[in-house]
Amino acid sequence: MSNSSNLEKTPFYDIHVKLGARLIEFGGWLMPVQYKGIIEEHNAVRKAAGLFDLSHMGEVEVSGFKALEFLQFVTTNDVSKLEVGQAHYTFLCYPDGGIVDDLIVYRLPDKYLLVVNASNAEKDYAWLQESRTLKGFDCILRNASSATALLALQGPRAIEILQPLVANNLNEIAYYHCAEGELEGVSVLLARTGYTGEDGFELFFNKAHAEKIWNLLAEAGQAKGLQPIGLGARDTLRLEAKMALYGNDIDATSNPFEAGLGWAVKLDKGNFTGKAALEKFKASGLKRKLVGFEMKDRSIARHGYPVAIEGEVVGVVTSGSPSPTTGKNIGLAYVPLKYATLGTSLQVIIRNKPAEALVVKTPFYARPGKPK
Amino acid sequence: MNFPDDLKYTREHEWLRIEGDEAVIGITEFAQDELGDIVYVETPPIGNSVKQNEQFGVVESVKTVSDLFSPVSGEVIAINEEVIATPELVNKDPYGEGWIIKIKISDPSEQDSLLNVADYKTMIGK
Repeated sequence: MSNSSNLEKTPFYDIHVKLGARLIEFGGWLMPVQYKGIIEEHNAVRKAAGLFDLSHMGEVEVSGFKALEFLQFVTTNDVSKLEVGQAHYTFLCYPDGGIVDDLIVYRLPDKYLLVVNASNAEKDYAWLQESRTLKGFDCILRNASSATALLALQGPRAIEILQPLVANNLNEIAYYHCAEGELEGVSVLLARTGYTGEDGFELFFNKAHAEKIWNLLAEAGQAKGLQPIGLGARDTLRLEAKMALYGNDIDATSNPFEAGLGWAVKLDKGNFTGKAALEKFKASGLKRKLVGFEMKDRSIARHGYPVAIEGEVVGVVTSGSPSPTTGKNIGLAYVPLKYATLGTSLQVIIRNKPAEALVVKTPFYARPGKPK
Repeated sequence: MNFPDDLKYTREHEWLRIEGDEAVIGITEFAQDELGDIVYVETPPIGNSVKQNEQFGVVESVKTVSDLFSPVSGEVIAINEEVIATPELVNKDPYGEGWIIKIKISDPSEQDSLLNVADYKTMIGK
């Protein structure tokens, strides 16, 4: 076990300890993996609401005269389409089309906010700086990670918990949009985004107010089934919603098209890092594809397990887990395109034995009435 | 946490209830708590022989895969089918309904290397 004293702690660390969370190392941070139990927490988010400390994630602010041009150059989605108060999912890609990271870009009135994975935050910031310098973009990058607290409030009851605490009409903030708000005098960016497949908000604010905001939300949610949620349930929730996890489903050796995320790559928007390689990938057709599968028996596929067809290894599991909502054991795997059809039988090699699996439709779970 | 006095324990967090030349085996309360929600248990079939300190099965929680090591050598004479069907029994009742397999012990002298309750508690710092 790693020495926990070398790990970074979020501003909610004392709260996690007080709540009896089990803490683990994640991306250089000491984070709660569970409080009461992964399955109970998972179900709380699907049925009521959950509160997640995501302060380990990286935030980078981009401002200045050429901020838009810079982001157009360094990310794959079309940033010019974002209105103030709108956000989108996008990628940083290497020149060879491999993925540096996946991220969300929020357009704020005076700047852009980039939210990146915790484990990639330093790498991303260096990549952004390098890319800015490369072409001499006239813009300012600010690493806001250490000053920012981030909480996610997710689940069918998230809106009714948050609404009484803010003056904004939350129904007017559409999915993948955001607005400035205030919780008892604390400025908070209210973003209708998340990583669970549920409705809800992500709240960005200065970490000096961390405990106050946590307590406000926890109290407001107490009678509505709100529970604190650790990284364990965060992973099972995102997998059911087929949201990619960097380091598992996507990385420097995969590209957005084969991951089924080509919609976040806009090849017609002008030049950007990785464009030539991604155009080539698209033109030559996919060699492999990320598919969803479910196990036919009780066995559980895990990240890294080989995938075989008739005894021959053809791919690899990128994520695998029991799915508390569906009751099935599910996973994602890269397989050659010809085996990516729904209904294809695969074998997942578990401890040197093949276990039968079936390619199924994804997401594994979609909430009723999901906004488009 | 509960660690019954009448059981033997291992460094791999298994317990044994030895009755004559038979041993019922499971995992300790500490182990199930560390693992969290247990969702899958895999054992060898009845009739297989197992060797002391060698892997004989697997316990999986939502996030982790954990090997089971046989505390003694012998032959598998019973499997807890209830636990195979309902793995959370290991969380709910690790020393009772959550037992995993039963072994006919082939070499009683191996028991000398097992831990008593005090040694086990010391090992896990309880």
